[in-house]
Amino acid sequence: MKNRSLVSIDDFSSEEIIKVLDMAAEFEKKPVRKLLDGKVIATLFFEPSTRTRLSFESAINRLGAKVVGFSDVSSSSVTKGETLHDTIRMVCSYSDLIVMRHPIEGSARYASEISSVPVVNAGDGANQHPTQTMLDLYSIRKTQGKLENLNIFMVGDLKYGRTVHSLMMAMSRWNATFNFISPEELRMPEEFKLYLENLGLKYYEHSDFTDIISKADIIYMTRVQKERFSDPIEYEKVKNVYVLKNSMLKNTKPNMRILHPLPRVNEIDTDVDSNPKAYYFEQALNGVFTRQAILCTLLGINTRED
Amino acid sequence: MKEPKQLSVSAIQNGTVIDHIPARNLFKVIQILGLDRFDHQITFGTNLESKKLGKKAIIKIADKYFEDDDINRIALVAPDAKLNIIRGYEVVEKKVVVVPDIIVGIAKCMNPKCITNFEQVTTKFRVVSKKSVALKCHYCEKITTQENLKII
Repeated sequence: MKNRSLVSIDDFSSEEIIKVLDMAAEFEKKPVRKLLDGKVIATLFFEPSTRTRLSFESAINRLGAKVVGFSDVSSSSVTKGETLHDTIRMVCSYSDLIVMRHPIEGSARYASEISSVPVVNAGDGANQHPTQTMLDLYSIRKTQGKLENLNIFMVGDLKYGRTVHSLMMAMSRWNATFNFISPEELRMPEEFKLYLENLGLKYYEHSDFTDIISKADIIYMTRVQKERFSDPIEYEKVKNVYVLKNSMLKNTKPNMRILHPLPRVNEIDTDVDSNPKAYYFEQALNGVFTRQAILCTLLGINTRED
Repeated sequence: MKEPKQLSVSAIQNGTVIDHIPARNLFKVIQILGLDRFDHQITFGTNLESKKLGKKAIIKIADKYFEDDDINRIALVAPDAKLNIIRGYEVVEKKVVVVPDIIVGIAKCMNPKCITNFEQVTTKFRVVSKKSVALKCHYCEKITTQENLKII
């Protein structure tokens, strides 16, 4: 896989994903390993994303590599009108790998075609965010002991949420059943439902939380954002319908875990945090291990200890 | 009395006739095939009566034969086009155009936030439906449907 880029989770086969997850598990046992000593990794954040950037930089530092880059465009030559093409051409000659986040969709794929070094997409607009998907998969496998035949509940903004789309596509490789809980305005788009139908996978749509969640293995929560609604009254009506509270978890399965890509606002009540079924903060930590594994995989580093 | 001058748009001896082009897309076909840069003798007629298309256009290109891959590029704008391959004034072969699996250039991605609409990137699509054309952008991964299709 050396010198490949990771732009979309579909760039990796199921076997390759499993290999990355296995490698991430090694890093969880022993996070600090100077496997990338002497390497330079560029982190280009054309739009700010503190959480993702810190997670990557933490992964890079634990591997002993150095970071160059910028955390928002105001401190780069993009403000002088430089094209993405030229920025990437320059940066790939300064670094061994590029991590980039960009507000324009398809920018990471384009960069990967220009760059002579691997590109990791850390989010391109509403399109893809594959390292988030990878850490979601890691969290699911770790908490459930497997990826196969799970019942996945996705809640909140299923229309615009790129993390739910990528995770849904990824989990469809392992015969998942899906339950979608969302307001009418933010339902899972037709193209994704068609995708599941073509694969012969089952999905169910619900407009509110009910006892149905007692069937869940994973509840994946997302934020319902006010700006997604054309009518502010509609937002006021639904904003409290999709809030998970501790009292609702009574009849859920013992293996069930709650995931959330974070940041959360109010969609998970803080009274859930102390419930052992809440997993979102551990999930964020898993992001560092999976990113370590992704960096080593794309750079062709052998992580096995003899 | 002078004889009325007659223009010869008659049959060609050798070459290709592209028939059943929707009249409104004639110039797009010319553009896609690059006919405006050809040295061959070319005649075309447009706004001709057609039962199927209403108004159709026809192009006759002397001494030119196209590769299938080249000619299929017009499938997006002239899906019903028929080709007559002419040798010695005879139609020796008839062909129809087929929508290709990959479309490079030609079409514009309908997603205003796609990189191809910001920088000089040649568009590229995978054809996900051929009946009613649907194109998946290689870059932003969004679908452009027939009704939103714009030719560059």
